[in-house]
Amino acid sequence: MSDQLPALIIVAPLLGAFLTPIIGWWNRHLSHPWVLMVLTIPLYAAYSSLFKVIKNGPFGYNLGGWAPPWGIEYRIDYLSAMMLVLITTIGFLAAINAKSAGNTEFKGKEAQFYTLFLLQITGFLGIVITGDLFNVFVFLEISSLSGYGLIAHGEEGAPMATFNYIIIGTIGASFYLLGVGYLYMATGSLNIADLATLLPALYHSKMVLVGFAFFTTGVAIKMGLFPLHIWMPDAYTTAPNSVSTLIAPLMTKVAAYLLIRILFTLFKPDFALSVVPIATILGWLAVAAIVVGGVKALAQTDIKRMVTYIMVAEVGYIVMGISVMNRAGLTGAILHIINDACMLLCLFLVIGAISFKGHGREIYHFQNLNKKMPLTMAAFVIVALSMCGIPPACGFFSKWYLIMGTIVAKQWVFTATLLASSLINAVLFFRIIEKAYLAPPEDVAAGLDHTEAVIITRDKVPLTMIVPILISAAIILILGPLSGKIIETVIQHAVPAIF
Amino acid sequence: MGEVIYSAKPLWAVLVSMGAAFLILLTGEKARNLRESWTILAALIKFGLVFSLIKPVLAGKTIEYTLITLLPGVALQFRVDAFGLLFGVVAATLWIPTSFYSIGYVRTLNEHGQSRYFFSFAMCLSAAIGVAFAGNLLTLLIFYEILTIATWPLVIHHEDTSAIAGGRKYLVYTLTAGCILLLAIGITYSLAGTLDFVGGGFLAGHGSPGLLILLLTLFIAGFGVKAGIMPFHEWLPSAMVAPTPVSALLHAVAVVKAGVFGCVRVILFVFGPELLQQLGVWTILAGVVAFTVVAAGLLALGQDHLKRRLAFSTINNLALIILGVSLLSKNAMTGGILHIANHAFMKITLFFCAGAIYAKTHKDHVSQLDGLGRQMPFTFAAFAIASMGLCGLPPVNGFISKWFLCLGAVETHQIVFLFVILTSAMLDVAFFFPIIYNGFFKKPLPDVAGKVDEAPLLMVLPLCFTALFSVVFGIFPNAFLNFFNIVRLAVTNVLGG
Repeated sequence: MSDQLPALIIVAPLLGAFLTPIIGWWNRHLSHPWVLMVLTIPLYAAYSSLFKVIKNGPFGYNLGGWAPPWGIEYRIDYLSAMMLVLITTIGFLAAINAKSAGNTEFKGKEAQFYTLFLLQITGFLGIVITGDLFNVFVFLEISSLSGYGLIAHGEEGAPMATFNYIIIGTIGASFYLLGVGYLYMATGSLNIADLATLLPALYHSKMVLVGFAFFTTGVAIKMGLFPLHIWMPDAYTTAPNSVSTLIAPLMTKVAAYLLIRILFTLFKPDFALSVVPIATILGWLAVAAIVVGGVKALAQTDIKRMVTYIMVAEVGYIVMGISVMNRAGLTGAILHIINDACMLLCLFLVIGAISFKGHGREIYHFQNLNKKMPLTMAAFVIVALSMCGIPPACGFFSKWYLIMGTIVAKQWVFTATLLASSLINAVLFFRIIEKAYLAPPEDVAAGLDHTEAVIITRDKVPLTMIVPILISAAIILILGPLSGKIIETVIQHAVPAIF
Repeated sequence: MGEVIYSAKPLWAVLVSMGAAFLILLTGEKARNLRESWTILAALIKFGLVFSLIKPVLAGKTIEYTLITLLPGVALQFRVDAFGLLFGVVAATLWIPTSFYSIGYVRTLNEHGQSRYFFSFAMCLSAAIGVAFAGNLLTLLIFYEILTIATWPLVIHHEDTSAIAGGRKYLVYTLTAGCILLLAIGITYSLAGTLDFVGGGFLAGHGSPGLLILLLTLFIAGFGVKAGIMPFHEWLPSAMVAPTPVSALLHAVAVVKAGVFGCVRVILFVFGPELLQQLGVWTILAGVVAFTVVAAGLLALGQDHLKRRLAFSTINNLALIILGVSLLSKNAMTGGILHIANHAFMKITLFFCAGAIYAKTHKDHVSQLDGLGRQMPFTFAAFAIASMGLCGLPPVNGFISKWFLCLGAVETHQIVFLFVILTSAMLDVAFFFPIIYNGFFKKPLPDVAGKVDEAPLLMVLPLCFTALFSVVFGIFPNAFLNFFNIVRLAVTNVLGG
């Protein structure tokens, strides 16, 4: 049984997805418990894989018993095990949240919604677990296609945003596929581990170089790296809340994982260090992403749209950590993949709860919101502080490593960008906190006592929403002090030894 | 540095008020007395814990507690040495009178949001003790940032336009400072590979002089914001919109002293006197703070708003502490560090008085105080004692620290700094004595009551208490809390021998 764990991670949600329509057709109220039940299997399998990796080191699994490099190999090492845990945890919390949000947003189509929901998670998990380049493409398409379907169901403007996303996303996927093709032409192999041994001899081959360019561009589109981010804000803003909770935290992170894989596993680090100036290009794109994302976020009044621009900047953080090409930087990037996913999950959950209770998403709608939704707003404050890099929340620690990375690389512009960005985040979030927690200025001027000023009824947020919100806020607080432990047991093994 | 004791006491000292903070929030407005008793209880327990550390530390031991590893070579670690203990004792001791005073103040004025107020207050104290007991720069920074955030709800407490503006200004200054500190600590870590405080510094032998000077500048700019070093002082007078107990404990003791504490930690325990002598930058540093000393004194003269005047006096005294330490001589250091404790007792008394006056009469400008001393004799007497102390008059404790500062300035053969210290004392006289004169000797304004009519006892007692102790510590510097011995030990830890 435990030998089959890696297969279970993919097979359970995939089969579950196919059975969901039948369950839903029988009784649509059963689809939510069904999805939760299905998701416990990969959740358990992911955690036990992680512990297995920590104990015994990386291991592989040959799908259908076919040995690599001919068969498809599932490869679980420190990085992928960590990603599996991240995806299943966030997927599970998002699934709990989907009960109230999803059931209203997809009323009457619960079965379809949950089918796509499970397929989406399957796609993410597959990209991470597989050790086969072409298989990555397959799962990339599974996740993208189900994502298009889910996002298109959102508010006004969603179909148009999805259409943009489909066009650009398909270009990205095709680029990725072209990259696979070029590498296959050059080497005749699709297995990542196998390719990693075959490629060093061919580093200066034009075919490999072109393949590499297609790879990175394709992945950059998927992760929304500036200037290829244009699809992202629209798609995630208009998406249904139950969907953005799942996709927004994970899609960019999975693509970032893919970028790390390509740069440091498929190609060896010295390829990026000495053959192509990819590090420099990525580094400056990251600077641009952080600056543009931050400035654009400042210009938004809709909090959901604001968060999507913050995502553009956060992708910049991760890419910057990768681009400085040293241990501290990459550690920071990987740590930030975890932290940022949790922070975005919490943010989108909070936004979901606010919308669910019928409050607007404009900043001025936040007036008095702390009295209406005290727990939700407390979670919001925690995630806001984390985004500004205030310890002991987790955002501080990944920022610390990223800054250390830029200091070691002596890239002072990068350092300055990171520091400035936390200040921009402080402005972004404190203007909302001020609104939510302080009485309206006109009431204060009129001398009204704050409790008399408005009669405020407390909103009852459903348990399936408030519990994930509180859990994700707690995760943000716990991850911070634990970063030392996480780095020690997992991340330091995921960083190439050469650094 | 002698024997190390491993004990969780420092951690408990931090956690006790954090725990109280959440109990306060849970109890809420419905059970006021229960809520306030959490504050008092936490203050007493915290004081007990910190007090129990004095004896082992004076015996030459350090108390250490490691929580978890944050980075390779850097842990979330508390290490109580003499210098940290001094700040801890001051903050923990003064929290007790401030708690009583706060209760009197918010109830007299019938303030809103009292739960939030007491919650933030307890969090601030937690963070301040964390700063005091931090064993390395990163732990210090963590608590320093918590302190920044926990103070914000207190600054914006009144929720009117000027409070919000003051709060924004405060955040802009302190969060920027936090970023600068993060950078400085990052550079330190990449240079030395460690962040643990060592008496006499650990940076010697790492990095080029140019980089080290840049690093020192970053550190002083980062910590200097909270310490109110010019030109980073602007937030402090604006933050006076906060309720007076907040100004008293946080803007005279915990928050601003955390900035000073950080500066001193960096000067003595990261760089160290020897390295600073080699780099030759201590005169520049001393020059900058000396300018702040005089300029703040001059600016205080022009303030009619009582709390703003006190704020500039705070800036003046904070700079005086850093001046003492950056002179790098034994006596100057002693004077500077001792002034952390002495100034705390005197300034908190002054703020308590300002608050009592405001709570009773709603007056907050110096020009409105004519003859008020007849109505509030205790308050004004306490005010007179504390301001005499700040001017450096014996037998109040300010005299002792200023005496050592002057000795130190003479020792370094930098007569300029002696003049700076003396000028600042003159300026203190110039901006404090008119207040006392107005209060006691001027013809009373028509609205002054003819008989003694003080603020509530919960406010008057704490301010008499702190004024009394300012005098006691002036005559017996080692009374009860052993301040002078702790300071001596802290200086020995740095200079050796």
